[in-house]
Amino acid sequence: MTDRERYEAVVVGAGPGGAAAAARLADHGVETLVLERGVDAGAKNVSGGLIYAEQSAPYTVDDLFPGFREEASERPITDYKMDNIAGNRVKTYDLTPLHENDTLWCDSVLRRKMDSWMAERVHEKCRESGGGLLTDVRVNGLLREDGEIVGVTCDELDDIEADVVIAADGVNSELAREAGLMDWDDPEEWFQGVKAVVDVPDGFVQETFGVDEDEGVARLFSGDLFQDARGGGFMYTNQDTLSIGTVFHLDSIVEERAESHELLNALLTHPHLSNWLPDEYDEIEYSAKLVPDSKKVALKEPHRDRLLLVGDAAGQMQAQGPIIKGMNHAVTAGALAADAYVTARGRSGETAGQRYATLLDREGVMDKLRPKSYDWTSGISEHPATANVMETVAKSPVGRAVLRTGAAESLVERAFNSPRLLSMLPDIKPAYVTVPSLIGAEQGAPVSGESTVEPPTLEERIGDLSYNTDIGNPHIEVRDNSWAASGTAVTACPVSAEDFGGGCYRSETVGTNGSEERVVSLDTQPCVECGTCAVVADTEWEHPRGGKGVEYEQG
Amino acid sequence: MEIAVLTKGVPDFREGQVSFDEDGHLERGKTPTVMNPNDKFALRAALQTKVRHGGNVTLCSMGPPGYENILEEGMRDVYADDLVLVSDREFAAADTWATAITLTTALEHMDKEPDVVFAGFKTADGETGHTGPQTCWGLDRPVLTHVISLDIEPENDVVRAKRLVEGDVDEIETVEAPLPCFVVTDPEFEPTYRRAEHRLELKDLREQTKRRAENYDDHLTMWNHEELNLDPDFVGLDGSPTIVSSVDPIPKAPSEREATMVTPDDEEGMEQVLEEMTPFAGGD
Repeated sequence: MTDRERYEAVVVGAGPGGAAAAARLADHGVETLVLERGVDAGAKNVSGGLIYAEQSAPYTVDDLFPGFREEASERPITDYKMDNIAGNRVKTYDLTPLHENDTLWCDSVLRRKMDSWMAERVHEKCRESGGGLLTDVRVNGLLREDGEIVGVTCDELDDIEADVVIAADGVNSELAREAGLMDWDDPEEWFQGVKAVVDVPDGFVQETFGVDEDEGVARLFSGDLFQDARGGGFMYTNQDTLSIGTVFHLDSIVEERAESHELLNALLTHPHLSNWLPDEYDEIEYSAKLVPDSKKVALKEPHRDRLLLVGDAAGQMQAQGPIIKGMNHAVTAGALAADAYVTARGRSGETAGQRYATLLDREGVMDKLRPKSYDWTSGISEHPATANVMETVAKSPVGRAVLRTGAAESLVERAFNSPRLLSMLPDIKPAYVTVPSLIGAEQGAPVSGESTVEPPTLEERIGDLSYNTDIGNPHIEVRDNSWAASGTAVTACPVSAEDFGGGCYRSETVGTNGSEERVVSLDTQPCVECGTCAVVADTEWEHPRGGKGVEYEQG
Repeated sequence: MEIAVLTKGVPDFREGQVSFDEDGHLERGKTPTVMNPNDKFALRAALQTKVRHGGNVTLCSMGPPGYENILEEGMRDVYADDLVLVSDREFAAADTWATAITLTTALEHMDKEPDVVFAGFKTADGETGHTGPQTCWGLDRPVLTHVISLDIEPENDVVRAKRLVEGDVDEIETVEAPLPCFVVTDPEFEPTYRRAEHRLELKDLREQTKRRAENYDDHLTMWNHEELNLDPDFVGLDGSPTIVSSVDPIPKAPSEREATMVTPDDEEGMEQVLEEMTPFAGGD
């Protein structure tokens, strides 16, 4: 038949990591093909979303894409606060010093706008070096010869060979998994985020948050408003919308059998939020995403043969308490992967992958993602006994009395502003729930105002999303539909719930041989492709084919 | 490869666009004219040919000067390098035969005679399906109809196509024809691009054609009967052997059904509804 197609570089995924890699490769004159499975770059992407440009980073997004801030982002974030909530008492800490630490700038973004803007530039650049960017193409696997990775296979295209494959295919990277570099087994390694994009009238952000056109606010929320789930909430100002969401440790969602959308609703309807929401609550998009916990999963050697992993695919998402940085690391890693390939090509000895790992280390990326201080301390600090002791001490009269003192107030605020201390922050309940709610209770003042927010039902939220369903070709199959194996998906899936028949996962009781058995059934139509069920249930999980599935307008 | 596509302007029969008078006659003045929807498949097949093998796509139509817009629509929405409008009062009121004679002459008049001529399956107004095959007869070429997918091997002068043969059970036939030939696309036609380089080329061409459509008249050629050296006696109304004896309106389908309204609160009424529906529940 026809000869096999071949490009010097294939980049899978046109998010910030893929875009940065491709732009940098094209700048080096490398013939680069970018394959994106969405109908448009950004159509499959969700983030909180703040993007940082760090002083210490070798590459920032506006280095690679001049004009980014003017054209692709929403608002510079100039004010960063954390609210510790206990009931209706709230104590606010100013985290602006933390936010500004090592920061050149930080903007809020909506991913459809941001990613599609970058993709246009990537396509132009890559076209000049003989490649280009294609949407609606899903890379479904790795092309191998004699067991070695030599390219990619796709649903929509014939096999493609490449000297380097950069997989920036996101948190649910099928390529990382196929290469044996990642598994989707342990909920402890992931966070799950859900977000509502809320429409507000023109000028509302300036008026309500007391900022100028070129200023914006980020607020984090923690405390007892999410029961015992470990995580917190956020609110970021966009141009004329708000991004409000919650992020929790997936294992905590599993243990608590928490409904993700209800945790989000707990934040949205808290009286404290009524300070910043318009009278008419108008939610324009509900979205969800898994987030890797880089402390646990960021790969020290994110490569195999010709394959290099970038961004979420390599677990490069830094979440340490109130420090939440993903996209900037993806950008840096993408550019470094490109540089590594260009340096290593045509030379014997060090491979592009080895070079890439070296660069990640040398440029300080790895230490941000996997702080040594966390590695050293987590053995003790995440030991169940530590959690018990902390919980007991914090809640004891002594602990409470200490928190009440003026000295403690400034001490705790300073602690929250210390990147070094935060890098050691253990993933245990006291850190997320007990301490913040005690701070709220002991130091906080009661909030006035009542919430008038009526969040949409899950059914309405699903109904508002756009789907191009691949009829008769579901992308997820449940391998074991028993309640024990896959029942968690009913609550943990952000578009499913107990007693809701319109979601992905439903609980069913079937009668067999005279006894009744509880099982789960799956309908992938409302799937938002977050990957939660791949981790918490026993599934055969793939992405939908190119251009199929959910399409985010905001992201 | 030289590629030509034939098209026609037709009333826009889509709901909200089309307008009929009380007697059910089409109101031409109130109904916009658009490119015959089936011809877009022919254009897509032409574009696929260009992407895979290079060359030039000429979109050609016969009609009044206003048909410029039809050609522009094809250029903008799908693709065209050049536009040819065969337009002359002498061509007016032509039947499919006179139209085919005129189009044949136009195709032969082109600088380079096309290797493949594409046409869509039937026009939305005439529904005869004659013009394509008659033009093909005029050109003395093999014709492939109902084509749903297409592969050309220019180096071997061969066209291989799958055609949809409708019947009690639809069948797909694979056929081969020598170049040059004439291809009529089926509305089921789907272009296929399995190579990234083709999709990239397609993306470039789609951008280019949109830009070209903004100044489409730079790419438009008009031919009248003199330029084509056609005798007015053999074209237009005078050259049309078809005689329309009468037109019978198609009776309207009965649109009203026997319906009884039952409110959900009316228990007795609902029971009756359920009773009536029960026999259908088994799928009978």
